Amino acid sequence: MSEAASDIISFDNVGLRYGTQPEVLRDLSFTLHPGSFYFLTGASGAGKTSLLKLLYLAQRPSRGAIRMFGKDMITLPREQLPQMRRRLGTVFQDFRLVDHLSAFDNVALPLRIAGVREDELQSPVTDMLEWVGLSHRIDAVPATMSGGEQQRVAIARAVIGRPDLLVADEPTGNVDPEMALKLLRLFEALNRLGTTVVVATHDVHLLKKVPDSLIMRLDKGRLSDPTGALRYPPRPSSARAAIPANPAGEGA
Amino acid sequence: MKLPPLIGRSLERGLAPLARDRATNLIPRTRMSGPVPWVLAIMIALTVLAAAGGLALNNLADSARTDLSGGVTVQIVEADQEILAEQTRAAEAILRDNAAVQSFRTVPQDELDALLEPWLGAGDAVDSVPMPALIDVQLREAAGAQEIEQLQAALTAISGEASGASSIRVDAQSGWLRPVYSALSALQYLAGVLVVLLALASAAAVWLAARSSFFSHRETIEIVHLLGGQDDQIARLFQSSVAIDAIVGGIIGLLAGMLGVLIIGSRFAGLDSGMVTGGGLGGLDWVMIALIPFGAIIIAVLTARVTVIAALRRMT
Repeated sequence: MSEAASDIISFDNVGLRYGTQPEVLRDLSFTLHPGSFYFLTGASGAGKTSLLKLLYLAQRPSRGAIRMFGKDMITLPREQLPQMRRRLGTVFQDFRLVDHLSAFDNVALPLRIAGVREDELQSPVTDMLEWVGLSHRIDAVPATMSGGEQQRVAIARAVIGRPDLLVADEPTGNVDPEMALKLLRLFEALNRLGTTVVVATHDVHLLKKVPDSLIMRLDKGRLSDPTGALRYPPRPSSARAAIPANPAGEGA
Repeated sequence: MKLPPLIGRSLERGLAPLARDRATNLIPRTRMSGPVPWVLAIMIALTVLAAAGGLALNNLADSARTDLSGGVTVQIVEADQEILAEQTRAAEAILRDNAAVQSFRTVPQDELDALLEPWLGAGDAVDSVPMPALIDVQLREAAGAQEIEQLQAALTAISGEASGASSIRVDAQSGWLRPVYSALSALQYLAGVLVVLLALASAAAVWLAARSSFFSHRETIEIVHLLGGQDDQIARLFQSSVAIDAIVGGIIGLLAGMLGVLIIGSRFAGLDSGMVTGGGLGGLDWVMIALIPFGAIIIAVLTARVTVIAALRRMT
């Protein structure tokens, strides 16, 4: 992936409120560096899921500016959003698998939506299910799967399209530590291929498992920046310091 | 056969939901599990029956009108055979010259005798009874009430007396047929109103079916939306699911309705009564009836589309 400014995801003074409720997210200003691995932490109710919704384009902010993949997400016409969403991979907190589709069909869904031909998606989908350890469950429907199995299907579906940005909401909540680590390795592998990864979690042990990761912490809808991850360019002490600074310099 | 690329492509797209191993069963087929196709079938069957009834009544009224409306009977009641013959000749002359008259026929004496035979018996006795002369007049189709009135005035003037006491009487057949017509047209209106009401109820049933189908698939629709499905793409998937329900219901309803129409039709044909001839259904009528389920399918698909698109618009 190139290091052009157009690849950067940047939030500028973003706020989000639902209806007439008080803002759940306030004054969020940060940049996500392409190819970086971020953990989003914070107590329940701190706004993690709301921030992820902005990232996976299920919500538009109530105020502020968001740029993704070189597009202004505030003014982007609605018809162009599906094209943007196809560059994302999302692991929803409640998985959101399609009930009546098999594991295979659920994982194949993003590819089919994007119009990938049937003969071209057979082997990637099968391989992906094998990677998450579900080759034997390929025809199972979600209702017959355990929580952990459903979660792995959801993750396989999120990464199958090799997205530019992977957003995962508590992706290891329902699996044993061994599987959690394995899934994390999958995210890392994807990250090495250039995908920016944002994983929301409150599992502090997980943070240490990815040495190069950067941490964003949400507290009551505001963001703190313990690793300096959110500046652009990131603080030199961080693992990504080697990447040259971009002169465009949209700072946080 | 090689199709032009545009047609080929849209055919492929259109048929994609039917191909087993395509994308596609994103929305599960209901497979007649729900009541929706059956409700549709009942509504469509009733609509078909009402429409068939209305069309048959329409045909019956039309044919009765053309058969009967154009006729008048001229009756000349005169005991004196000479005056009778003279007045008959005068009447014939007037009828011959009148523009409204298409044809007329003076009923011959032996036919009159035959008509009266059941009451008076055959033989000489009949000759001694003064018989009126009857002229059967067929009017032109364009002849209105005014022409008939003028003709009537001209004929009654022959006897030279005030029309009330005239020996010449003109009976317009439409006079005694009027109650029949008004009864028929009342039935026609009734059938029309029934068809409209049933069509509205069917449309409402289809509309509700499409909406309830949408709500039961809302979650799937949202997921496909979040994974980058375009509004039109999602709407098409959903439409095809609803269309299948509507097609199944439509076909069952049409067949049931037509079966009902055929059974009733054969019973009426069995009556062999002069009153109901011309009440059958023509080819065009059957075509109109066969179009009813198509209307239902179109309403179903449009409702599905409008509902999905509106719901998707509310999503980001």
